[in-house]
Amino acid sequence: MTVKTDDVQWPDARGRFGDFGGRFVAETLMPLILELESAWDEARNDPEFAKQMDGFLRDYVGRPSAVYHAERLSAEFGGAKIWFKRDELNHTGSHKINNCLGQVLLAKRMGKTRIIAETGAGQHGVATATMAARFGLPCVVFMGATDIERQQPNVFRMKLLGAEVIPVTSGTGTLKDAMNEALRDWVTHVDETFYVIGTVAGPHPYPHMVREFQSVIGREARAQILQREGRLPDACVACIGGGSNAMGLFHAFVPDKGVRLIGVEAAGLGIETGKHAASLKGGAPGVLHGNRTYLLQDDDGQIIDAHSISAGLDYPGIGPEHAHLHDVGRAEYVSATDKEALEMFQLCTKLEGIIPALEPAHALARVADLAKELGPKGLILMNMCGRGDKDVFAVAKHLGVKI
Amino acid sequence: MNAQLTGAARLEARFSALATQNRAAFVAYIMGGDPDLKTAQELLDGLPATGADIIELGLPFTDPMADGPAIQAAALRALGAGVRTKNVLAMAAKFRQKDTQTPVIVMGYYNPVHHMGCEAFTDACVAAGVDGAIMVDLPPEEDAPLRTAFDAAGLALIRLATPTTDDQRLPTVITGTSGFVYYVSVAGITGAAVPDADPVARAVSRIRAASGLPVAVGFGVRTTQKAAQIARVADGVVVGSAIVDAMASGGVKEALALARTLGRAVHTARQEVSQ
Repeated sequence: MTVKTDDVQWPDARGRFGDFGGRFVAETLMPLILELESAWDEARNDPEFAKQMDGFLRDYVGRPSAVYHAERLSAEFGGAKIWFKRDELNHTGSHKINNCLGQVLLAKRMGKTRIIAETGAGQHGVATATMAARFGLPCVVFMGATDIERQQPNVFRMKLLGAEVIPVTSGTGTLKDAMNEALRDWVTHVDETFYVIGTVAGPHPYPHMVREFQSVIGREARAQILQREGRLPDACVACIGGGSNAMGLFHAFVPDKGVRLIGVEAAGLGIETGKHAASLKGGAPGVLHGNRTYLLQDDDGQIIDAHSISAGLDYPGIGPEHAHLHDVGRAEYVSATDKEALEMFQLCTKLEGIIPALEPAHALARVADLAKELGPKGLILMNMCGRGDKDVFAVAKHLGVKI
Repeated sequence: MNAQLTGAARLEARFSALATQNRAAFVAYIMGGDPDLKTAQELLDGLPATGADIIELGLPFTDPMADGPAIQAAALRALGAGVRTKNVLAMAAKFRQKDTQTPVIVMGYYNPVHHMGCEAFTDACVAAGVDGAIMVDLPPEEDAPLRTAFDAAGLALIRLATPTTDDQRLPTVITGTSGFVYYVSVAGITGAAVPDADPVARAVSRIRAASGLPVAVGFGVRTTQKAAQIARVADGVVVGSAIVDAMASGGVKEALALARTLGRAVHTARQEVSQ
């Protein structure tokens, strides 16, 4: 394996991040993936495309998002100073829109006339449906039946936005099954369809493309924290399902060797119980959904269902660039349980008046430990990647409250 | 036929023998271990007598992204019965004890193979008398580790060509392939849309000319009429979902009965035309 820990030049021409990534798809999709790659290469080198992106990011998404010093949480944890990157303030309530904007603009540029997407928590589905509505494109969202149950508000939002939401009952009816179904749709409607993948995974060029669209998070945050604190943070922390918000935050900081990059996977009921979604801590390298990466799998290479209270983290894989950063030791990966996420959801809401999505509530659990570890001189930057409005019903149910 | 032939050579011998008789190969697909090992073995062992010239043995996988509902359900039934890759290879080994002539290829997804390791998988295929493999989600750009091991062992790594494989892409698909080329007749999943014979005929001639290999056609071939149409223009006709469905609804007896009808349709297709 080639070790290139110093640069941020990954992926290579084959779409590899070290030993991970690549393009593992059925032959029917190969010509489409190659077409997408060349359209993407063209677009990202076109100043007009960048201008178009910047305009929509500013006026429609509401960027730059703020950074905010979470004073009361900092005091509560009794250690380092904690800053949030407020990507939950974006239009549609999460970081997902950064990527959907880019991909839907690219779809328009390629002359595609139909948008499809998979979604777990529904945030990516909502963001995709939003951009499809804005550009007048029909949109089909595949969503696991289990997830539809626990994310009703987002399902209704997607429908209001004009998207067709197709329940997926195969497998466990969660994100991985929705992704299988989206791939089946794509392979059947190859000419007109653009598949908007929601995370830094899938066949090349998706992991690269999604990272580039999300890296606006880290670029802004790095400049903002330098301006406000006069220095870089000691650590950047983000939750990880597929890993797009984390990759978006980390990317700009990868060359800053003094900055620890910490990804928080979902430990579900606890990694030792086997009911979790921590692909790096509890998985092994394998090939699924177009890329080589760490996967939850059994001793025959069969995929094991993930478990997390958070539908957005409930995926048995992780983006290939995270697998690479993990193996070369540039980033650290830890985990938080369902219970910890629920506690942090409530604590953050009470102390900061910010209802976090259950996904970043996982990150907050490890920020609490890290704050103590770093002490009062420490500085932590956490991506508050989504707001928790979508989770209030599910959380009420977990807390035994009827609303 | 030479009983000593194995691997890609066994496939080539079968195709050239059929070409001499001016008939297409009937390629029957079944899911390994569906609904359980014993029943699936009975089906596998019964196939040559129905006229199956080549057998495709599905390796069950939890996430069969290119397959339609019939084969997805079959894979989950097999996995639910505790069937794993090694058990399906053991089915092939048992079959091989009784039949040294009929080529057997396995068809599945890359992760279980990747997990076992390409060389270990190759060794296991050789030991089981398996002649080749189709890995649905392993395009030519990524298949070097498996291809190298297969080449060294004389096994055929069969590639897929599809309606989206244009002239620019075709050389990549056929370079380094052996045994035959599998033409996916429709852009879609297994067992869904039905292919039109004319575009299939054009694609088959194009791929045959470019590769110098026999071309078998599959995906969406469910009826005797369609199988016969395809048999007139291709070197092989693959039927999968229909047999898998018959197995699910009527067991081994019904699946073998369907295979027999399909086999006859494929074998007599060209005679009907010349009469």
